[in-house]
Amino acid sequence: MSTRIFGSGIKRREDPRLITGEARYTDDIKLPGVLHMAVVRSPYAHANIVSIDSSAAEAMDGVVAVYTSEDIGDGLAGLPTAWLIPDSDLKTPEHPALAKGKARYVGDGVAIVLADDRYRAQDAADAVVVDYEELPAVIDPEEAAGEGAPLIHDDVEGNIAFRWVMGDREASDAVFDAADVVVSERILQQRLLPTAMETRAAMAQYNPATQELTLWCTSQNPHIHRFIISAVTGLNENKVRVIAPEVGGGFGSKIPCYPDEALVSWASMKLGVPVKWTETRSENYLITIHGRDHVQHVEMAAANDGTLLGVRATVYAGMGGYLSTAAPGIPTILHGLLYVGPYTMDSVFCESIGVMTNGTPTDAYRGAGRPEATFLLERMVDNVAREIGMDPVEVRRKNLIPAFEDGYEVATTLIYDSGDYPAAFEKALDMAGYGDFRAQQNSAAAEGRYLGIGVTTYTEMCGLGPSQVAGAVGFQGGLWESATVRVTPTGKVQALIGASPHGQGSETTLAQIISEELGFPVDDIEVIHGDTTETPMGWGTYGSRTTPVTGAALAQASRKLKEKARVLAGHLMEANVDDIEYADGSFSVKGSPDQAQSIQDVALMAHLAWNMPEGMDPGFEESQFYDPPNFVYPFGTHIAVVEVDAETGEIELQRYIAVDDCGPQINPEIVAGQIHGGVVQGVAQALCEGAIYSDDGQLLTGSMMDYCMPKADMFPNFELGETVTPSPHHPVGVKGVGETGTIASTPTVYNAVLDALAPLGVKQIDMPLTAAKVWSAIQDANGQEKPKRLGDLLNE
Amino acid sequence: MWPNKFDYLRAGSVDEALASISDDGKFLAGGHSLLPVMKLRLDAPEQLVDIGGIDSLSGISANGDLSIGATTTHAEIAASADVQTMCAGLASACGQVGDQAVRNFGTIGGNIAHADPASDPPTVLVACGATINIQGADGSRSVGAEDFFVDLFETALDDGELITSVSLPNCSDCRCAYVKFPHPASRYAIVGVAVCLKMDDGTCAQADVAVGGATVKAVKCAGAEAALAGTTVDDAAVNAAAEAVKSDIADWLAGDIAYPESYRQQMAGVFLKRAIAAAQS
Ligand SMILES: Cc1cc2nc3c(=O)[nH]c(=O)nc-3n(C[C@H](O)[C@H](O)[C@H](O)COP(=O)(O)OP(=O)(O)OC[C@H]3O[C@@H](n4cnc5c(N)ncnc54)[C@H](O)[C@@H]3O)c2cc1C
Repeated sequence: MSTRIFGSGIKRREDPRLITGEARYTDDIKLPGVLHMAVVRSPYAHANIVSIDSSAAEAMDGVVAVYTSEDIGDGLAGLPTAWLIPDSDLKTPEHPALAKGKARYVGDGVAIVLADDRYRAQDAADAVVVDYEELPAVIDPEEAAGEGAPLIHDDVEGNIAFRWVMGDREASDAVFDAADVVVSERILQQRLLPTAMETRAAMAQYNPATQELTLWCTSQNPHIHRFIISAVTGLNENKVRVIAPEVGGGFGSKIPCYPDEALVSWASMKLGVPVKWTETRSENYLITIHGRDHVQHVEMAAANDGTLLGVRATVYAGMGGYLSTAAPGIPTILHGLLYVGPYTMDSVFCESIGVMTNGTPTDAYRGAGRPEATFLLERMVDNVAREIGMDPVEVRRKNLIPAFEDGYEVATTLIYDSGDYPAAFEKALDMAGYGDFRAQQNSAAAEGRYLGIGVTTYTEMCGLGPSQVAGAVGFQGGLWESATVRVTPTGKVQALIGASPHGQGSETTLAQIISEELGFPVDDIEVIHGDTTETPMGWGTYGSRTTPVTGAALAQASRKLKEKARVLAGHLMEANVDDIEYADGSFSVKGSPDQAQSIQDVALMAHLAWNMPEGMDPGFEESQFYDPPNFVYPFGTHIAVVEVDAETGEIELQRYIAVDDCGPQINPEIVAGQIHGGVVQGVAQALCEGAIYSDDGQLLTGSMMDYCMPKADMFPNFELGETVTPSPHHPVGVKGVGETGTIASTPTVYNAVLDALAPLGVKQIDMPLTAAKVWSAIQDANGQEKPKRLGDLLNE
Repeated sequence: MWPNKFDYLRAGSVDEALASISDDGKFLAGGHSLLPVMKLRLDAPEQLVDIGGIDSLSGISANGDLSIGATTTHAEIAASADVQTMCAGLASACGQVGDQAVRNFGTIGGNIAHADPASDPPTVLVACGATINIQGADGSRSVGAEDFFVDLFETALDDGELITSVSLPNCSDCRCAYVKFPHPASRYAIVGVAVCLKMDDGTCAQADVAVGGATVKAVKCAGAEAALAGTTVDDAAVNAAAEAVKSDIADWLAGDIAYPESYRQQMAGVFLKRAIAAAQS
C-alpha cells in the first residue's frame, strides 16, 4: 500500500505562483480602453452634503465624467443587507452606492470620477468641490444607543438597528440570584482592520450588444456577488458573470458587496466601456469593513465549588454607518449561540443590540462573533477562578463536557457533533508543563519578574451550515455547496467548485480529497474556482466551510464516479461487479490480480463509450450538491506564557501551545499554517491591533504607521499538538480549522497577561494591551488591594 | 498611492543639483520619507532633483574626524568599521532604522533633512556633537546638530540648500550607545536615548546624553549629563540622571494616540538607564 495522500503534508500548489509574483489578481487584468474610477469620499464622519461642484474636475484632461448619486438616480438600487435576523425588530436603512444628501462615515462615497488614467482620475477627484455641513458624530456603540446621541438614519430610531435576545431572562435572573458567586466585567472588543494583503479591486465590462456584464472583483463568494450585482443593477442574473481571479486574502472583508463594485458596474453600463477601481491602502482602512466593535457587559454565575452555572451579557455591537451584507448575523447568531462553549453550563442569556454609528461598517472578520463569545467566556472563567480562589485550570477541568461521539445538545440549542475536550485539554497542559509553571512563576516573582499563564478551552461552530438553519436564522441564502468532478479522456481531473478560496490552500487540500477517493494522482487534479460562468453554484468561502462543505461535495461526487468506474471496470473485464476490488487507483477481479483496469483506463473507456454496460451513460463526470446536516465543531486548548516588563509595560510572549482537534487532518502542514495565521491574528488583537477614532469620527489609525499589524519577531515558535475526533456526520470526518486560532488565542494571551499582572493589583485593561496601557494600569493599581495570586493559591 | 504630477531630474554633480532645483522642487535621496508623503498627497513638489547618482555625496572617510557623505545609506553606516570604532552609537542607531530594505535605501542626509521626531540617527548626532555640512547656491556653511534640528519636521536648512555631509568628532575613547524602544506599529522610536561617556580612571570625565522619539526633535540633556559627570556612574548617579532627563525633555515632549507624552517622558528615564548599561557593557 502506498503512502496515503489523505493526511500527507504535501506542499501547497498555490505557493509557487504566489511567491514568485506570477499570480494574477484583479488589478493585474488590463483591458483596452478601460476607464479608471476614483471616488470622492467624505472627509467627515457625519455631514450633510450641501452641494457638489464638479465643473473644474470635468474640465480636466482625460476626465470622461463625474457622477453623483443624483446622476445615478434609480440606476442602482441600494445595497442589500442579506442577513435579516428574525424577532429582532431589524431596521435596514437604505445604503445607496453614493451618499444621498448625507455622509455617514469618513470615506462614504460622494461622487465618482472616470478618467483615462488613474493619476488623472485622482487629480480630478481632488478638484471636485463638495460643500459639507458637519454634524455631530458618534463612534462608541453604547454611546450611540444612549440618550441624546446624534441620529444617523432618520428611520432607525435611537440608532438601534436591532435588538436580539437569546434565552429566557427570568430563568437566567433566577440562576444568578441564587448563585454563590457572580463575577462581572465590561469587555471592550475593539474595532479591528482586516488588512488583507491585497486591497479590494473591481473591474466591470458591460457589452451593450449582448447586455452582458462581467465583473472581476476581490470576492470570497462570486456567486453571492453575482446575485447582489444582478439585484442592484437590474440585469438578469444569467447576464452577469462575476470572476474572482486570484484573491489575496480576505478574512471576511471580501464577503460583502460594497458600493465600489456596484459603481464600476453601473459606470460601465452607462458608458459602454470597461471601468476599473483599485483600492489604496488608505481607502482600505477607511471603507473596507472593520471587525468586532462590541461593548459587552458580561456576568457569570458559579457555585463555590467552581461549578459554572450561567453566563449573561448585554452587547452593544457597532454596525457603522450602514448595515453591511452579513452584519446583523455576526453579533447575534454567530455570537450568542456559542455562550456555552465547551462547558456543562446550562443557563445562557444574551441581549445583543446592533447600533448604527459613524464608524466604517462592520461585518464578518475571521471568527466573526465567535471570538467575541469565546473571549467573554474565558475571561469570566478566569474571573470566577480568582473570585473563589481556585486554579482556573481546575475550574475548566471540572466543567468540561465529557467526551461524546455523536451529538451533544447544549443550552443554546446547538447540537455539538463530536468532541473530546478533556483529551485536548490534558494534552495541552502536559505540553506546557502547567504544574511546574506555577512554581517557576513564584520564583520569578521573588526576583521581581512577572510571568503569567493563560489557558483557553474552546469549541466553535463552523462549516456553515445546514441551509434549513440558514433560513431559520434569516440568512438570505442557502449554505450548501456544489461541485463537479470532471475527468478528461486522458484521465486528468478538473474539479469545479462553487466556493472561492483565496489563500487557504484549498486547491491542494481538495485535490487530496479527490485523489484519496478516486485514485488519480494528486498532481493530475486541478481545482477550479472563482468564475460564476465556469463553476457550479456555491455560497462561498467563509466560516471555515470550504473543506467541510465543498470537501464533502467533492468526496461524494468522487464516490459516485468511483461506483460508475467499478461497474464499468467489471463490464470491461467481463466479471461480476461484486467481484471487483479497488486499490490505489486500480480495479481488479477478485482472485485474478493480473487482470486490472486503472482508473485512467476506465475514464478513457467511459469517454469512448464503445463498450458500455446497458443503461450506463457515457462520459466521466459527476456533480454533487451537499447540504451539511449540521455544523462541525472543532475544539481544543490553547496556552500562552508571557512575561511583563513592569518598568515599561512591554509584554513578551514566551510560549504558545495550541492543541486543536479538527478531525482527521487532510494536510497537516496546511492545518498548521491556518493555526499559525489564526493565532497571530488573535494574539494581535490582544496585544497590539485596534482601530482608534477621534471624538469627531476621524480614523486616527489610518495607516500601518499607527495601526499595529503583528510582526514575526513578536512571536515564539508555536508548539502545536492535535487530537483527532472525526465529525460523525461528515463523509470524511473533517471539521473546519480556518478560524480556531483567532477564536482561541485572544483570551489565552489576555488572560496570561492579567495573570502576570495580578500581584501588581491590576484586574482589567481594555484591549489591545499596549505597553503604555499596561504601564499605566500598573501605576494606577499601585497601593490598591491586591488580588490573590494564582501561583500562591496553588501552593496553599 | 497616486502622487501629483512632478518633473524628475537626475543630477550628476552637486553644482548641477543646486543649479537646477526650483522653488517648488525637492531633492530626492533614498525616497523613503519623501515618496510616501507624496503618494498620500500630503506633499506635492513640482520637481524632484535626484541626488542619488552624485558620487561625491556618498561614502565614509575617517581622517581624524569621521565624515559621512549625505547619500550614504543607513546600511553602509551600520556596517562601517570606522563608524563602529569612532561612533559606536551611530552605527547602532543606523542599524536599528526600519528594516533591511529601508536601510539599503534610506540615507543619513535624507533622514536628517526630513527631521522626523521619531528618527534614530539625529539623537546620536545631537549627543555626539556632530556638524552638518550644507551647500547652497551662495556657498557652503556648517551647523551644529543641536542647532540644525529646530522643531517637528523643521531644520535650519534653507530652501534649495543641500546637505553634503555630516562630520563627527572621533569618539573612539568613549563608551557610546544608542538604545531604542521601537513603536510596535511603525518601529520608529517611541523613545531613543544616545549616551556617550568619556571615562577617566573609573570616573566619568564627560557625559553626553540626547533623547529622541519622545520629543519633537532630538534634545541634548544637560541635566542628565551633569548628574553623570564626575561620578563613577554608580546606581545613585544613574538614578539621578534618569530623573533629570525627564526634566531635560519636559519642554519638548511629543506623543501619539497609543503612546502619550507622559508615558514617553517616563520611558526616557528607563531607557537612559538601559543606554548607560549598554554603553558600559
Ligand atoms: C518602512 C519605513 C520604516 C522606517 N523606519 C525608520 C526608523 O525606524 N528610524 C528612522 O530613523 N527612520 C526610519 N525610516 C526613514 C528612513 O530612515 C528614511 O530613509 C529617511 O528618513 C529619509 O532618507 P531618504 O534618503 O529616503 O530621504 P528622501 O525620502 O529621499 O528625502 C527626505 C527629505 O529629505 C530631503 N533631502 C534628502 N536628501 C537631502 C540632502 N542631501 N540635502 C537636503 N535635503 C535632502 C528631501 O528633499 C526630502 O524632503 C523609515 C522609512 C520607512 C519607509
